[in-house]
This record gives sequence, C-alpha cells and structure tokens, in this order.
Amino acid sequence: MANTNKWGVVAEFDSAAAIYTAAEKTTAQGYTHVDAYTPFPVHGLDRALRQGPSHLGWIVVCCGITGICLAQLMMYWMNAVDYPIWVSGKEPYAWPSTIPITFELMVLLSGLGAVFGMFGLNKLPRLHHPIFQHATFWRATDDRFFLAVEAKDPKFDSAQTTRFLESIGGKNVAIVED
Amino acid sequence: MTAIASNTARSLQDLAPTITAKVKEGDLAKTQMGLMAVGAVLLAIAFFSGKHFYHSYLVAYMGVLGICLGALFFTMVQHITRAGWSVTLRRVTENTAAALPLMAVLFLPIALGFNTLFHHWAHANQDPVTHALLAETDPKFDQVLAGKASYLNATSFFVRAAIYFAIWIGLAVYFRGKSIKQDETGDPAISLHLSRVAAPGLLLFALSVTFAAFDWLMSLDPHWFSTIFGVAYFAGGFMAFFAFTILLARYLGKQGYLKEAITTEHYHDLGKFLFTFMVFWTYTNFSQYMLIWYANLPEETRWFEDRLHHGWGSVGTILIVGHFLLPFAFLLSRHVKRSSVGLAVGSIFLLVIHCIDMQFLVLPSQGSHDAGGTGEKGHGNMTESVSYTLSHFGEDLGKYTHGLCWADFGCFAGLLALVAGFVLWNVRRTNLVPIRDPRLAESLHFQNI
Repeated sequence: MANTNKWGVVAEFDSAAAIYTAAEKTTAQGYTHVDAYTPFPVHGLDRALRQGPSHLGWIVVCCGITGICLAQLMMYWMNAVDYPIWVSGKEPYAWPSTIPITFELMVLLSGLGAVFGMFGLNKLPRLHHPIFQHATFWRATDDRFFLAVEAKDPKFDSAQTTRFLESIGGKNVAIVED
Repeated sequence: MTAIASNTARSLQDLAPTITAKVKEGDLAKTQMGLMAVGAVLLAIAFFSGKHFYHSYLVAYMGVLGICLGALFFTMVQHITRAGWSVTLRRVTENTAAALPLMAVLFLPIALGFNTLFHHWAHANQDPVTHALLAETDPKFDQVLAGKASYLNATSFFVRAAIYFAIWIGLAVYFRGKSIKQDETGDPAISLHLSRVAAPGLLLFALSVTFAAFDWLMSLDPHWFSTIFGVAYFAGGFMAFFAFTILLARYLGKQGYLKEAITTEHYHDLGKFLFTFMVFWTYTNFSQYMLIWYANLPEETRWFEDRLHHGWGSVGTILIVGHFLLPFAFLLSRHVKRSSVGLAVGSIFLLVIHCIDMQFLVLPSQGSHDAGGTGEKGHGNMTESVSYTLSHFGEDLGKYTHGLCWADFGCFAGLLALVAGFVLWNVRRTNLVPIRDPRLAESLHFQNI
C-alpha cells in the first residue's frame, strides 16, 4: 500500500531517559524525520534527534535591525525634516535622544519576531494535528513521552518502522493516518 | 537531578573518576611565582618612574578590584539562585574572591597617595598655609564642599574603607571556607545555608560597592555626582571578572586541569555573561550620559567636559566602539562564544578596554579645578562637543597618548599579574572544584539548550 494517506508511526515511552535513548537509536538507524512529544523539555533531546540549529535567530536579527532602522528613520524624518524644532539647545536631530526609542523598537520588533517566528516555524496556530488520533497521545501533556517517525521520511515503511519502534521498547505503537 | 534529598552528596571521585581534583604538588608554582614577580617589578618600576604614579595605581587598583568583587558577587549569585550549571566553576571564583584580603593590603598606596589623589577635597576650605578653616565670606570658600564635609573627610573616608574591606573579606572568606568544609563533610545543608546567607550578603555587597565607587572614583571630582555611578563601575568590573575567569580556566585547562569539568558548555555561558555585562556597562554609562546631556546643568556636565577636552574625547569614542560596538558584533554569535580562540581573544581585548575605561574615570580628574567649581568652567554645551569630538578624533588621540604615562597601562598589567599569581596560589592549595557539592553532577552534565 502506498504511504500517501499515512502521517507516520507513533510510539509511547515511560520516561525522559527512555525517549532519549529511543531517539538516539532511531536517528542512528538512519531515520531523518523523527520528532518527540514530551510533557516538559528534555535536555539534549534535540541533539539525540539530530535536529540542526534553529533558524529563529536569523529572523530575530532581521527584525531587530529593521527596528533600529525604522526608529532612526522615523525620528529623523519627524524631528529634522517634517517638523524641525530646537528643544533646549539641542539640534533638531540629536542622536543621544534617539537611542532609547531605537533600543525599545529594536527590542519590540525582536520580541515579536521571536514569538511569531517561532509560531511560523512550528506552523502554528493550527486546530488539528494527525498525531492527536493516537489513542493515548493525550498523556503527552501529563506523564508519557511520544516518538513519531513521519511518513515523509525516505526510510519510512509502516510495517518495518512499527517493528523497529517496538523493538526499541515503544508501547502502543500505532500507524497514524494523515 | 540534584541529590539534595540524600544525606551526603556523591563526590567527584564517584561521579567522574578521571577528573583530577587537585593540582599536583609543586605544579603551576613557576607560573605563580613568575606572575607575582612580574607584577611586583612592574609596580615597583611604576612607583619610581611613573609621572603620576598614584593616579596610574588607582586606575589599576579599581580595575583589578572590580574583578575580585565580581568573583565574590558571582559566587553569591550562584548560591542564592541555587545554580547547578556553575558548580565546577565556583571554586575558581571563590579563589578569585579570596584575593580580596590581598586587595586590602594593596590599598596601602592609595592611602599613602590620599592627599595627591583626593586633593580636591582632602583639605577643602582650609587655608593652604595656616590650615585654618576659611570663613564663609572668603572668596575661596567652597559652599558645595562645605556641605559635603561631613562625608568627604579623611577620617570617615578611611573608616568607610575599613568597613568595605571588612564586608568583602568577611563574605569572601566565609563562602570559600564553608565550601571547602563541604569538600570534607559532603553535607548538603551547607549549600542550603549558603543560599540563605547570600541574600543579606548581596545586599551588603551592593551598598558597599556603590559607596566604594563614590569614595574612590567619583570623589576625584567632588563637585560632581551621579547616582548610577556605582552600578556603572560594578558593570565594568563584573564584565572584566568574566574575561579573567575565562582566561584563568583556559590556562588551567591547557595545564591539564578542569578540562572535563569546565566544558565548552560552561565557556558558552561565561561568554554570554561577558557579552551581557559588556552591554550592561553600555546601558548604565549611556543612561548616565544621556540624562546629563539632556538636562545640560553646569554642575553635572562639568565631569563630561573634563572628558571631552585634552584629548579625552577620543577615549570616549574608543570606549563606545571598543566597549560596545566591536565586542557586540564579535561576541553575538554562539560560534564565537563556543570557540576557545574566539572567546580568549574577546576576553583579552575587553580586559584592555576595561583598563582604558578606568583611565577615563580617573585620569581626567587629576588636574586642578577652580575652587568655585560649578558655573565658571562647566558651562560647555555638550551638543556642540559631541560633533566636535567626532571630527577631532585623530588630533584628540594624539593628545591622549601624549598625556598618558606607560604606567597607566603598566600598573594595571602589574596588579593583574600579581593578583592572578595570588589566585593561582589559592587554586593550588584547594580542590579545583567543590568535590562534594550536591549539584556537582548537574554541573558536570550541563548542556546548553
């Protein structure tokens, strides 16, 4: 059967240590589209899953630089071009007075960039995700740890992957439809 | 991950048997003696040949004191936050803070040079010949200094200095002593106890450092005042502490110690702190500058006026570029913070900049001011001066280097070497890490997310 209507295979684990070892074994086996779902952050799990560095930093840097430029443009135009006014002997565009607003706008846009960039990279918000169909997945927010091998993985084969996840200690291993 | 619940903590021997817990007998002794000798010789030459030794020495002293105080602050902050990641670093910082008794001894030249350094107020409102107090009607009578006389006088200056050192030495010795005691007993209660002591300790620390900065740096220009001054001094010193610690830990690593205990992950975090407090220095200094620039009040701008003339404007520019723009761009990347060469280069660079920062605080104030102080001299429009400074950078730089004495850097290098030698001596006498700290395992396995 073709894999087109399958999303992936999901396995359940009992502890942070168990899913960490399982993740290491799965990526060592050559799987590349593997993800973990845990009730809390597990240190080093991203490394075990062989996930590269996040691209979020670049988004934040770009937003920060945009904030700096916007603030400077805005204040220069307002104070020196559109409505030049001398206040207490300072030039219409006096750089020290622009620093706080430049800083604040950089922080604001960086912060927004970080939050919405994270949303974007995680494809959020979304109302439904195929993995919710797994019978015990609701425990991922409580006391269980889930490992999923997605169907788009070139090495994915529903029967073989299921056997593999069972062999490394996964419980309730189930194929999830897309 | 912590073993607080059990009665005694697992020791380093258990957790990581391959890590050497102590420097081998006699090892590193040559470096220690060498550093101390170089330091003593440099300071001696500076004393006999420097053209303004006491000011050069104050530059060096405040620069190195910031490092030792930073070590004390770092140690206490790790306890109050019950930090796990930093445990393998903590003995190094405890041993750096334990140089504070030496710093108390090294305060002696400042006491000797008291009349030179603080001549603006040491004999305020006294007749230079008869030493009799001037009458209020006397044209030379300084109303501002008369108002500050109850704070700015020799007796209270030395009493306060004694109180600062009592606080600092007391805290440094206490925290290090308890930590060393835990090496023997492995009692987790010591960790809990120190986290409680750290709270009042940090309060005392904040107050004493603020007032020490007022006494030993800000009072060089006794008419001037800035409430953020203590924080700004602390920020620079704390940054220099991270630079110092990174280099010291690297050196120990090269000698085969602490290599597996202080890993790239720890250096990465030290690098983040170095970056953070470099930026925090900029934040505090800019806050101080901007408010004074904006209000443009003569009694406040006079301090910056001294630092815009006689070539000091170029140093201001050097500090903006070298204490902020350059290191910001350089240290922003995690790859640089995780690279041993990158972080070491950044640390050495920032230590030199820290010395220039101290010169900027001390040296421009050594000249003689008009006794009246406010008004006559300090009426410079700072807006004008900013553009002036930027267009006269080259000329100013020449004036600055011309007015400089080799000892303005030499004393700093000497004192840093002397204190580094002393710290190394402390390191050789104790275990390299708190071997039975309950959070040691967490620190050994620490990883950045």
